[in-house]
Amino acid sequence: MISSPVFWKNMKDTSGNNGKTGKLHKAVSLFKENQVITILLVLIGIGTFLGIHTKTFFTSYNIFNVLRAFSWIAISAFGQAMVILGGGIDLSPGSVMALSGIITGMLLVRGVAIVVSVIAGLAMGAFIGYINGTLISRSNLPPFIATLGMMSIARGFCYGLTNGWPIRKFPAGFLILGQADIHILLWKVPLPVIFMIALAFLSFIFLNNTKYGYHIYAVGGNEYSASLASINITRTKILIYTLSGFFTAIGGILMTSRLGVAAPTAALGYELDIIAAVAIGGISLRGGEGNIWGALIGAAIMQVIRNGLVLLGFPAYWQPAAIGTVIIIAVMIDQFKKVRSQ
Amino acid sequence: MKGICKYFGGVHALEDVDFELYSNEILALVGDNGAGKSTLIKIISGVYTPDRGEIYLDGERIEIRSPSVARAFGIETVYQELALVETRDVAANFFLGREPTKGRLGVFIDKKKISDVTVKTLKMLSITLPSLRTAVRNLSGGQRQALAVGRAAAWGRKIIVMDEPTAALGVEESRKVLDLVGQLEKHGASVIVISHNLRHVFNVATRIVVLRGGKRVGSKLKSETTADEIVKLITGAELI
Repeated sequence: MISSPVFWKNMKDTSGNNGKTGKLHKAVSLFKENQVITILLVLIGIGTFLGIHTKTFFTSYNIFNVLRAFSWIAISAFGQAMVILGGGIDLSPGSVMALSGIITGMLLVRGVAIVVSVIAGLAMGAFIGYINGTLISRSNLPPFIATLGMMSIARGFCYGLTNGWPIRKFPAGFLILGQADIHILLWKVPLPVIFMIALAFLSFIFLNNTKYGYHIYAVGGNEYSASLASINITRTKILIYTLSGFFTAIGGILMTSRLGVAAPTAALGYELDIIAAVAIGGISLRGGEGNIWGALIGAAIMQVIRNGLVLLGFPAYWQPAAIGTVIIIAVMIDQFKKVRSQ
Repeated sequence: MKGICKYFGGVHALEDVDFELYSNEILALVGDNGAGKSTLIKIISGVYTPDRGEIYLDGERIEIRSPSVARAFGIETVYQELALVETRDVAANFFLGREPTKGRLGVFIDKKKISDVTVKTLKMLSITLPSLRTAVRNLSGGQRQALAVGRAAAWGRKIIVMDEPTAALGVEESRKVLDLVGQLEKHGASVIVISHNLRHVFNVATRIVVLRGGKRVGSKLKSETTADEIVKLITGAELI
């Protein structure tokens, strides 16, 4: 009765690519399925347009300015991407950026060594993320609520610790972090940009080549299935929020160093840019799908559009409307492609 | 398993049930809704702990306190929901929660091992899936079921428990999954199948255990019983 071992042969082979049409089919399906390729093309398209219509866009000075301007957003977005891939959301990055800068700044102006001050700022970011993760995984608070509360708490600490006054007069050694350029070949590449690219690679390897990354994708894709497979849900969630806080603190410290001031009002509303970068990058807000390069390109697109509007002479007041439109269109394309490819 | 009891509040889900599973057998567990089938297999797979009773594996008394403990004993379960992550590909699901690592840190995934072992196992079980890189969400119901069963078969050294493996499938896909189940005993594990479909049960099982109202009311070798007799045991109608 069950002698034949080849009983799955007639299952439909949905990949079905062979020969010449196969390659084209593969390229089309890669385009269809991969939001990163799509938005990379969009980014190249916008860049080309600006290159043709302005004299200044493709100067290395402008390009590196743009890159530096979104570097801290992108770095924080890598952490946010991990949270969203793991099925959560983190609304606290704007406040955490400001607070980590303030902690580092307060220590610096009191004469504490630069390394110690920076580590303290980073630890503060990671600690807030740890609290977020603990609240969400152990107290079962919805991520939206826990991190919304934390957004307010951290901002409150920013004002409370400084009495509302910005902190200035940092040692020159600290300002190097955000202001120095590194000579690579013909270019002077800003240090924050190098940090951003290095962290993008590290994040990519972490998500795609380590068991922690595999577990993050699994928890975001189907938490119940992951738990039946003995994946530690609590630990995975605490990990992603801690990393989000840590990455955000890196961004916050770079920003503080670049601006030379740690203001309690810094990075107000940045969490929305950070989440937008992730969403534009094709990382599904339902969790489990997407990759880190999407977040990087998503952040780039927003900054290029801001820069482009300025270069083209549009009043800066219109920027938010343009960014909002981009967010909606990008996510619509993503949704549309997903419906089509099924 | 000896004298297993499980109560939920005042309800006796299982009362003094003895249950034995021999090596290389495919045992079908049948009974009406609420007969205690699910409770019994959840005790075996570690989801519930029994209120009373003893469990032996290869003659040694064991306690199965959680699903991961069950897994460590070589007991794998195919849940009705399949426990797959739809957004991940076939290979990642095959190794879900037990990803092999390489290097001294024990952190980096051994991707080559993942795809090699997945290919080998699926081939051994004659399961053909589009590609290891296909997301589970793009598989058909039968393919998903085959993947879940194949995964359990690969890791279940002793016992593979299956809760309604054909409930969500069409006729043709059911047949394929049943063929696959029938194959499992050749790989050295024993199988427990819950099913409502007596035709399926008679297709694959070597022995049939009937539960009714939380009690065991019969155990018949397939070769020595008929569907009629089993139905009468399930419903409790007197044999004429």
